[in-house]
Amino acid sequence: MKPPELVCPAGTPSAMRTAVDAGADAVYCGFQNATNARNFPGLNFTLPELEKSVAGAHAGGTRVLLAVNTFPPAGKVDLWKQAVDAGARIGVDAFIVADIGVADYIARTHPGIRLHLSVQAAAASPEAIRYYCREFNVMRVVLPRILTVPEIKSMAAEIPCEIETFIFGNHGLMVEGRCALTNYVTGLSTNMDGVCSPAAQVEYIRDDTGNLSTRLGDFTIDCFSCAENAGYPTICKGRYLTPAHDGAYYAFEEPISLNLSSLLPDLMQAGVSALKIEGRQRSRAYVKSVVSAYRRAVDSIMAGQDPQLDDLLALTEGQKQTQGAFESKRWR
Amino acid sequence: MMTSRLTIAPILFHWDAETRWDFYNRIAQAPVDEVYIGEVICSKRAPFVEKHYDEMARILTGAGKAVVFSTLAEVMLKRERNMIAGFCALEEYELEINDSSALWHLEAKAHRVGSLMNVYNEDTMAYLAARGATHFCLPPELPAGAVAILADKARQLGVAVEVQVFGRVSLALSARCYHARAHGRIKDNCQFVCEQDPDGMPLNTLDNKNFLSINGIQTLSHNYLNLIDELGEMQRMGVTHFRLSPHTQDMVAVSKLFRTTLDGDISAAEAGEKLDAMSFPAPFSNGFWHGRPGHQLKRKGGLA
Repeated sequence: MKPPELVCPAGTPSAMRTAVDAGADAVYCGFQNATNARNFPGLNFTLPELEKSVAGAHAGGTRVLLAVNTFPPAGKVDLWKQAVDAGARIGVDAFIVADIGVADYIARTHPGIRLHLSVQAAAASPEAIRYYCREFNVMRVVLPRILTVPEIKSMAAEIPCEIETFIFGNHGLMVEGRCALTNYVTGLSTNMDGVCSPAAQVEYIRDDTGNLSTRLGDFTIDCFSCAENAGYPTICKGRYLTPAHDGAYYAFEEPISLNLSSLLPDLMQAGVSALKIEGRQRSRAYVKSVVSAYRRAVDSIMAGQDPQLDDLLALTEGQKQTQGAFESKRWR
Repeated sequence: MMTSRLTIAPILFHWDAETRWDFYNRIAQAPVDEVYIGEVICSKRAPFVEKHYDEMARILTGAGKAVVFSTLAEVMLKRERNMIAGFCALEEYELEINDSSALWHLEAKAHRVGSLMNVYNEDTMAYLAARGATHFCLPPELPAGAVAILADKARQLGVAVEVQVFGRVSLALSARCYHARAHGRIKDNCQFVCEQDPDGMPLNTLDNKNFLSINGIQTLSHNYLNLIDELGEMQRMGVTHFRLSPHTQDMVAVSKLFRTTLDGDISAAEAGEKLDAMSFPAPFSNGFWHGRPGHQLKRKGGLA
């Protein structure tokens, strides 16, 4: 079995150094603008920062994958082309893309640089993936978090490129690249602006009885009693009401994190080439703990030993974890 | 200027065969030019209506409508992959595709690209147009400025460009069925509870404000999109096709109001008042078009 690449989040230059030191085989990152799907305040890289960081990562033997994985709206495509050209100039090892126009630009302009298909492209079948391989010479697909391990295994046998899957972190419930909920509420688009539940439109409101409502834009996303920890108001993690259900419920999913540590050996045997840790928006301490733990686990499995995975529960959202769709079709 | 074409989108909800027959029989008499048929949301629903498509298409074609077959938006399971392969081999229908898996099969065969595909910019449009795409229905979250550029590009490329102008707006797709979840079930054992909500299942906030609408794996807006005020602007941009998404309310009346407005026979203001008077079960919105939150409504002279 070939060792899988451990792909780690780098939301800032210091997080990238931390991930490299903790044993990342590759890091992924983006510029400080709408060209990537984590366009959050205080995150991401200026061009000089990325140039310096790429040199540092390469010196540590770590590859750098540049996410240019949003969908440029008509009239603004140049910003995405500039991001790609800058990435090529400073020597990134691959581009992660979702938009067909952007993929075509890279394939024509920078054919020597690897192209990875972002999870934002929502390619969930062998035919969809083969299309991107045929048209743009995609070398790797990041699979949507909606397939079981057996489905990933049969997928691996049917496509001509490598597979990257998420193993830890935020567990979005909507198909990435196909969600406009944030735009409906806030006027900022996940696909076009790289924004999901923007902090500038979040409000926490405590009422007379001590209950805390979390709001995004004009809408209440959840309400917590004093005994509960209030979560961040992400639309697909909120509680709602519907006549068919008795009382408030998580209509889409609970605030919960993906943690596939116990499925790691199965994923590696299924033919997964790269294991991705989500969390460019998370702290350096988070990156250090999660990357170190998974580094040790992957190395143990490769050495034929049982992986001794540290308890990562404290780092998960709402201190709850799931194997999501990977474990069973019952998730759907 | 080319005549504006009025279209009926594929029925997004799980309407039974009888309801669909009734709907298409009425639409056959409505002033629409093109009708999209086919199950776009859930492959489990398809067997209920598949056997009726040919006859429905015959009736609509007989009434002078162009019929286009719309394909599944989410293709993952073997059954869904086989459905797409089958549809892409069809010769008797023009196809509208909603997932990139169809692009693998079609190669250069002529096809339309649906609004659930991500065509956000002129480069993507040109790439697909060079490989058989003849018609693009744009994502509903695109603001006017982007649509104008795409309409211009479409004119240069000689392809059609369509924009949804009425009905609940698709906001998200998932692999999980939220209808089944609300009823304490899973997708494989859903017992087709989505049939109970022919315009979508209401999802309200905890302070009981209307918010979203659930249709199986799809999440839609609670509000109904209504771009009657913007039709003239869209026509001037070069939008060629105007899409009405089916609901259980009187879609023939809706189509007449949009048709007469497109033709300049009545003013958008007059048509808008008549739509307001029809008492739809949700307020109207047009925020996406104006680059605002999608749920908002911008009336002439300011936000409502």
